[in-house]
Amino acid sequence: MMLQRVKMAEQDPKVRITNFDEVALGYTPEQAVQEAKRCLQCKKFPCVQGCPVEVDIPAFIQFIAEGDFIGAIRKIKEKNYLPAICGRVCPQEDQCEKLCALGKKGEPLAIGRLERFAADYERAQGMVEIPPRPKSTGERVAVIGSGPAGLTVAGDLAQLGHEVTIFEGLHKAGGVLVYGIPEFRLPKAIVQAEVEYLQKLGVEIRTSTVIGKLFTIDDLLNNRYDAVFIGTGAGLPLFLGIPGENLNGVYSANEFLTRSNLMKAYLFPEYDTPIKRGEKVAVVGGGNVAMDAARTALRLGAEDVYLVYRRSEAEMPARVEEIERAKEEGVIFKLLTNPTKILGKDGWVCGMECLKMELGEPDESGRRRPVPIKGSEFVIDVDVVVIAIGTGVNPLIPKSTPGLKLNKRGYIIADEETGRTSREGVYAGGDIVTGAATVILAMGAGRKAATAIDEYLRNKS
Amino acid sequence: MFEILEKKVLSPEVSLIRISAPDIARRVKAGQFVIIRIDERGERIPLTVADFDRGEGTLTIIFQEVGKTTKHLASLSEGTLLADVVGPLGHPTKIGNYGCVICVAGGVGAAHIYPVTRAFKNAGNHVITILGARSANLLVWEDELKMASDELYITTDDGSKGRHGLVTDALRDLLQEKKVDLVMAVGPAIMMKFVCKTTLDFGVKTMVSLNPIMVDGTGMCGACRVSVGGETKFCCVDGPDFDGHQVDFDLLIARQRMYLEEEKIALEHYAKRSDN
Repeated sequence: MMLQRVKMAEQDPKVRITNFDEVALGYTPEQAVQEAKRCLQCKKFPCVQGCPVEVDIPAFIQFIAEGDFIGAIRKIKEKNYLPAICGRVCPQEDQCEKLCALGKKGEPLAIGRLERFAADYERAQGMVEIPPRPKSTGERVAVIGSGPAGLTVAGDLAQLGHEVTIFEGLHKAGGVLVYGIPEFRLPKAIVQAEVEYLQKLGVEIRTSTVIGKLFTIDDLLNNRYDAVFIGTGAGLPLFLGIPGENLNGVYSANEFLTRSNLMKAYLFPEYDTPIKRGEKVAVVGGGNVAMDAARTALRLGAEDVYLVYRRSEAEMPARVEEIERAKEEGVIFKLLTNPTKILGKDGWVCGMECLKMELGEPDESGRRRPVPIKGSEFVIDVDVVVIAIGTGVNPLIPKSTPGLKLNKRGYIIADEETGRTSREGVYAGGDIVTGAATVILAMGAGRKAATAIDEYLRNKS
Repeated sequence: MFEILEKKVLSPEVSLIRISAPDIARRVKAGQFVIIRIDERGERIPLTVADFDRGEGTLTIIFQEVGKTTKHLASLSEGTLLADVVGPLGHPTKIGNYGCVICVAGGVGAAHIYPVTRAFKNAGNHVITILGARSANLLVWEDELKMASDELYITTDDGSKGRHGLVTDALRDLLQEKKVDLVMAVGPAIMMKFVCKTTLDFGVKTMVSLNPIMVDGTGMCGACRVSVGGETKFCCVDGPDFDGHQVDFDLLIARQRMYLEEEKIALEHYAKRSDN
């Protein structure tokens, strides 16, 4: 048995920080077969239990091992419409791969890389098959938000014969996949291709349509739609609440990444949207979004990029792979460091004052609480600061939907198994219910909601 | 896609476009704005809705040419399709019967305050409008405002029309003369700042419509943050109208200037592209 997984080629760190092209280059067919052959095909398939959308992993791996790559992707697509995306951005190490039996003795099977391979192969061969459209049930479903949760709900319901319209507030479908995750981690052409696949399944997409403003949920229910799914995602960016946060040069990660990804500010002035290209950039936070922002800042030409995080590396919520890539690319990690003040000159950021921290007893998150070390203030010399500490709730839908129950923090209360909310016919899932999480968890919520919505539509008449 | 049905040049810097956007026209109220993106490479810019026709399904937008995008927008002819018009965004202006309301407009703010003025009048207020500009040829929508108001006063910085001076000069006189229940100001940040300073002396509640830089307009990016009463607010979902006496105008002005250098580069690039 091979204990090590087959390595995947990557762009050299020195080269890749000069472009926005994808970092990981994917497997060749030979490499994919070789990796797939490591699968033990165990009877209990623990990997499937680790997958929120229950992809039949052993079966698709078997197809790849036999060289039937198209067979593999068809198997995956029985459960997952977004395999090229999931193969790239799912935290597999905490899901399917975590439970892989191979992991007990060596490295777990590279399930994510193989999923990506199968999806890329199908697209490259131009062999994307559109399943036949089922007979229409005549039932209409409105899906609010075109991120991972919304796309999954829409795909599932379309396959069941319902008429689905996705409403997206921005001008491009994909949600966080297009505004948040950078091109070098998830090429936008791939998101586009997977969105087009859904359209071919019969899903209608209305972009630039802000629900809660142009139409309310009640408008949708009163006029054309029999059910609504709310998958509007993670909402308003949070700030630290420290002095100097509104100085020019301080961005939320959402703004920084939206300018760069969705609006292509890295191509300014060919594209109209500007972005400040700092020489010394600090990114505050330790999640995947923080890594994305730090690596984007490097690619925009920053000389020094600091990742400022108040706990230690062990507590960082970012994927290990992303942390490693950020380090390879030269991001300077300032751990156990907490910003206390952003310093300004003539209205612009010129530095950030921080305190050193140490880890105390575990807090409610189960991680050791960072405690400031008295008198340890120091200043980092920076001209751009990106705050990547998470998001709160966007008020547009909660405030415009009477009777929709919210929790204390303002998130929509929805049943975990069905996505059902306090309003009849209204379902919700993804970050608007759970707070910021991952692409695949949002998809898992979408899958459950789709099953429940289908049942609701069939029983109501 | 959103077709430009009509285009007019109102002054050397200010243009009007009427756009087909039936869904937005049906829903929009005075004080709300839309975000426009001209084409695939375009940026997203917020523009206040100056007028709307629910029956025809149209929005009227009046804008000043300040940067690349507004110059580009001004160059488009009737029949052009805009990639995106998103809205209506922000909260509508709170309209009620306050009694005597003074609406103060500077420059292109005239168009922004027009639907608000009309709504105040329809709600039974005595509406006085003060319209100011640098000079007579930059005054826009004087006739419309005259119709929507009970009294209209004009000021120009150079004295070429109306009273020679600033809107605040006319405002101060009016506040001294009569009991005013509410002042609403729309215009350049610096004008709104001084309107608020003036009304503070008289203790008259003053609302302003803020215009920071914005990207998505739905609360997602936080670019439009403003400080009101010491608290950070997002103009797109909390505003655009705020109590002017609570607004940190110096911060707003600084943040509006964030991309001055880039705006120059974009304009030069645009000029070069247009020459070819």
